[in-house]
Amino acid sequence: MFHSKVYVTLKKSILDPQGKAVEQGIHSLGFESVENVRIGKYIEMDVDANSQNEAERITKEISEKLLANLVMESFTSTTERIKE
Amino acid sequence: MSLIKVKIGVVVFPGSNCDHDAHYVSETIMGQDARLIWHKEGSIGNVDIVILPGGFSYGDYLRCGAIARFSPVMKDVVRFANNGGLVIGICNGFQVLTEAGLLPGVLLRNRSLLFACKYLHLRVENADTKFTNQCKKGELLEIPIAHGEGNYYSDSETLKHLEGNNQIVFRYCDRFGKVTDEANPNGSLKNIAGIINDTGNVLGMMPHPERASDPILKHTDGKKIFESMIQNIQSQFQLVESLVAERSI
Repeated sequence: MFHSKVYVTLKKSILDPQGKAVEQGIHSLGFESVENVRIGKYIEMDVDANSQNEAERITKEISEKLLANLVMESFTSTTERIKE
Repeated sequence: MSLIKVKIGVVVFPGSNCDHDAHYVSETIMGQDARLIWHKEGSIGNVDIVILPGGFSYGDYLRCGAIARFSPVMKDVVRFANNGGLVIGICNGFQVLTEAGLLPGVLLRNRSLLFACKYLHLRVENADTKFTNQCKKGELLEIPIAHGEGNYYSDSETLKHLEGNNQIVFRYCDRFGKVTDEANPNGSLKNIAGIINDTGNVLGMMPHPERASDPILKHTDGKKIFESMIQNIQSQFQLVESLVAERSI
């Protein structure tokens, strides 16, 4: 069994008004040094697969077809074995 | 020649909330045969027009329209669209169409981050479509919007293609017909409010024509879109009838 974590964020080229609003909040909090705040989604799941490669392939396919819309978003993922 | 009633199917996803409005306008205001199609049905049945209504299918979980796109009925909707059938997606329906790949681009969060619910003006950019043949080019329609994610976006290549191919059907404008940034309620690229696909049989629009069709609500500009679709189908029926009549002479 494998455990995958998928992070989905808006592409750099796309304005993230939610991130901008949070960035303003961070500045109001007194952390003027912070910039480029982006909001995204975090999805985790267990994948029953025979190998690390297979689990990664499944995770990638799900991410491309459903979890992220590649017109506006990009994603990164990690997959690790949790039990035999 | 008698006019045959047009058969209009309105798809109901869990969380759709403009389905009954679309059905009511199709049947009671327009006088056609309408039926609701539950999203679990494997087939849309024998219909001439499919409406994907507004609402919050699957609670807008993950992304608007992202899960609805995998509803069992969508396979048949895609087949119908690919065979040239008329499909209109309104608001959430537009989002479902982009997620399903039937229309290019995507609807982002409104740039204001606010849900926008108001009457506004649309300029008909292309009146030579199956959805706008009862309008004139440049005509203004007053139709309400109600959405939080209606900010149309596509890459520049797609946008160029849409513009060159006359696929931008409606743009947000002011009451004088000027397409300005102030008249843009959500930040859509080029004030885009509605587009059609390459083959002209699939339309997606964020404004709600079904909410501006019943005279009791004062605004009836939305009716023109229903009239255009119905006219398109009925003229096909008439063509077939006249061909049959010619043969039998």
